[in-house]
Amino acid sequence: MSTAPTNATGPSVDSRVEGRADATDLDRRRASRDVAIRPGTKHEARAGWMFLLPFAIVYVLFLIWPVIYMFISSMFNTSLVETGLGSFAGFDNYREMLTKEEFWKSLWNTLVFTAFTVPPLVILAFVLAVLANRVRRGQWFFRLAFFVPFILPSAAIALIWNFIFTPGTGLWNSLQSALGNESPSPVLGTPSLAMLGVAVTTVWWTIGFNFVLYLAGLQDIPRELYEAAAVDGASQWQQIKSITIPLLGPTTSLVILLQIIASLKIFDQVYLMTGGGPGLSTQVVLGLVTNTAFTDYRVGAASAASVLLFIVIVVVALLRQAMEWFSARRAD
Amino acid sequence: MDVPHPTFAAGRHSPRLSRRTLLQAAGGLGLAGGLAGCSTLSAGIAGTEVAPGTVQFWNLFSGGDGARLQTMLDDYTKKHGTAALEAATFAWGNPYYTKVSLATLGGHPPDVAVSHLTRAQNLARGGLLSEITDDMLAMVGLSADDFTESVWEQGKVDGKVYALPLDIHPFVLYYNIDVCQAAGVMDGDNMKPIQGLEQWESTLTAIKEETGEFALAVPTIADNATCWRWFYTLYSQHEGATPFLSDGGKELTWNEDIALKVLEHMQKWTTSGLMPKNADYAGAQTMMFTGRSGLYMMGGWEITTAQSVKDLKFGMTAIPQIFDKKAAQCDSHVFILPTMDRSAERTQRAMEFVKEMLDQSLAWAAGGHIPTFTRALDSQEFRDLKPQNNYAEVIDYVVFTPPAWYSGSGSTFENIIGAQIGLVAQDLATPKEGLDQARSQLEVYARTADPLATGEQS
Repeated sequence: MSTAPTNATGPSVDSRVEGRADATDLDRRRASRDVAIRPGTKHEARAGWMFLLPFAIVYVLFLIWPVIYMFISSMFNTSLVETGLGSFAGFDNYREMLTKEEFWKSLWNTLVFTAFTVPPLVILAFVLAVLANRVRRGQWFFRLAFFVPFILPSAAIALIWNFIFTPGTGLWNSLQSALGNESPSPVLGTPSLAMLGVAVTTVWWTIGFNFVLYLAGLQDIPRELYEAAAVDGASQWQQIKSITIPLLGPTTSLVILLQIIASLKIFDQVYLMTGGGPGLSTQVVLGLVTNTAFTDYRVGAASAASVLLFIVIVVVALLRQAMEWFSARRAD
Repeated sequence: MDVPHPTFAAGRHSPRLSRRTLLQAAGGLGLAGGLAGCSTLSAGIAGTEVAPGTVQFWNLFSGGDGARLQTMLDDYTKKHGTAALEAATFAWGNPYYTKVSLATLGGHPPDVAVSHLTRAQNLARGGLLSEITDDMLAMVGLSADDFTESVWEQGKVDGKVYALPLDIHPFVLYYNIDVCQAAGVMDGDNMKPIQGLEQWESTLTAIKEETGEFALAVPTIADNATCWRWFYTLYSQHEGATPFLSDGGKELTWNEDIALKVLEHMQKWTTSGLMPKNADYAGAQTMMFTGRSGLYMMGGWEITTAQSVKDLKFGMTAIPQIFDKKAAQCDSHVFILPTMDRSAERTQRAMEFVKEMLDQSLAWAAGGHIPTFTRALDSQEFRDLKPQNNYAEVIDYVVFTPPAWYSGSGSTFENIIGAQIGLVAQDLATPKEGLDQARSQLEVYARTADPLATGEQS
């Protein structure tokens, strides 16, 4: 962390997250000058609001209001086929969710999916970025190869991997048969394997995004540092350990945060590949919310489940923030 | 990315894009998009008909059914012009009914939609369907007598009609003629009659010996609906098979002993290798098509797929009576009119469309369905239709998935119980574990107040 300011001048992804605890005097002086030269007349403030207005309206209508509505309707027996909120339910919807096996199972599955996907998506993306960054010729090919799956829509991804995981004739089971496994388990049809199958699919699909963030971070590290280290006799591994990893710290913390949130919001792949099955073995919270609201017509109960997921995500994000704060303190 | 990279610098020779060209291009695009989307957009905002005079029709038919429906729709557009119809096909199951519900609630439903009979009841209870009155039927020269009575009565909610049935589609048995002949279970082009568990199992054993692999293929993976169809057929063949759900789904009333016994049989057949443990929808039918299995079970609609397989000789028949009495799971495809403000003219158009589809019931029946339009059902053409006439009798003893607000074809109920049946057949759960798991999940739904009940008054 303490080394972060060395590359603070570059327009990089890092600059969004770094430099809180260790803002230099220069930064502080620049900030105060900005305040001093800001005109700040009433007229301009109004113009500013006008510029903001189109976005603000959309933001309030489609984000803020639905969130407020979610909190309100979670306290009512709101039905999709009725106008209005329906009868007051108090905390019944919450009680139902908190005592329902399907809810806990979905929440557990969501966390399992997060645990399955975050480490590979962070570590593998880092390794691939370091490797791709070392390629002298044809680097574009590797960048493209790792990023292309990310631009495919989830429906295409689901088709590709459903084909790979087809029981009997699919690529994966055929391979196992060829290697001598008499009756290979169908990945998406076996409760203990299905979530792993979805996780593998997700890693393949979304690793490109983290890869690009890391690659950008890597290209921000000045070459001189490596040259100086090489002159001092540092091995390749020591260079990675003592230069690359610390200087990519801000990128890593951004990637981890974004990844955890993305993984907790898992929906598409599960919906398209397994529909939550077999049984409840891949059902996730957003799947449960969708089913409750739009299949069971129970918007109120679904809102309660959404609020609970919202709380989980906020807690996880806060926990991670707290961990970072402690480690920064320790580093000082 | 401070370090310029060769690839990124490639654009420096190209003429620079000025702001003006960009705006012009964007304006052009916007204009083109605006013109194309204009009628739909304005209709959407004003809440008027998108294309006056057009019947909007939603359905859930894919595969063989989809192809057959298309020829029926083509017939309609040939008479009325291509502008007269706007048909859309969606994936069936819960997502389809969600779309129908949301479109109706949003005030822009299709004029006519296809539904399963077991789902139409819930849509009607939620106030999402228009009642079909005798006057409306009379508009196009129809009456209640034109439909098979048992199905017609099933479609009523509180004595009112909401569904016009097109067919009954039972769960049936397909057989590969070459394989079954070699196994000695055929009598001419038909299978030798099978009655009782012993004959059933000896037939399966004979076929398994012939194929060297399986006797009967039924999907066990990622096909909750078929797992349920197979299980419920066997369950309903028992004397003392109580209704699976009662009181609109508030009570789980299946006979535990019979249910366990059926699951034990299903598991025994897969673990002994008479049936595959792991087969998905496409995999199961491929096994019968390619002779890896002699028999296959599915709704009659797969006849179209089977006919398209080169050199495959196959037949279809009713599922034999394996236990105490005959029974076969089924559902019925019906036409529904989602709730909306309809002018008399618009109602007339919708009814005419339905009538013309019903008039083509025989074309539909060729797709493996049993027509419920009596003029087609009682016709000589249908009596002569092979192999449909092998199983047309099932109309007398079919069983529908029990009614509940969370039940029906492709519903939450079928997903919950079907998934557990699949796991039992895959030998990944014991019959007891599977049934207990299904019960604990279904109990939550049974306890939950019916969210559609409030819609009943409206």
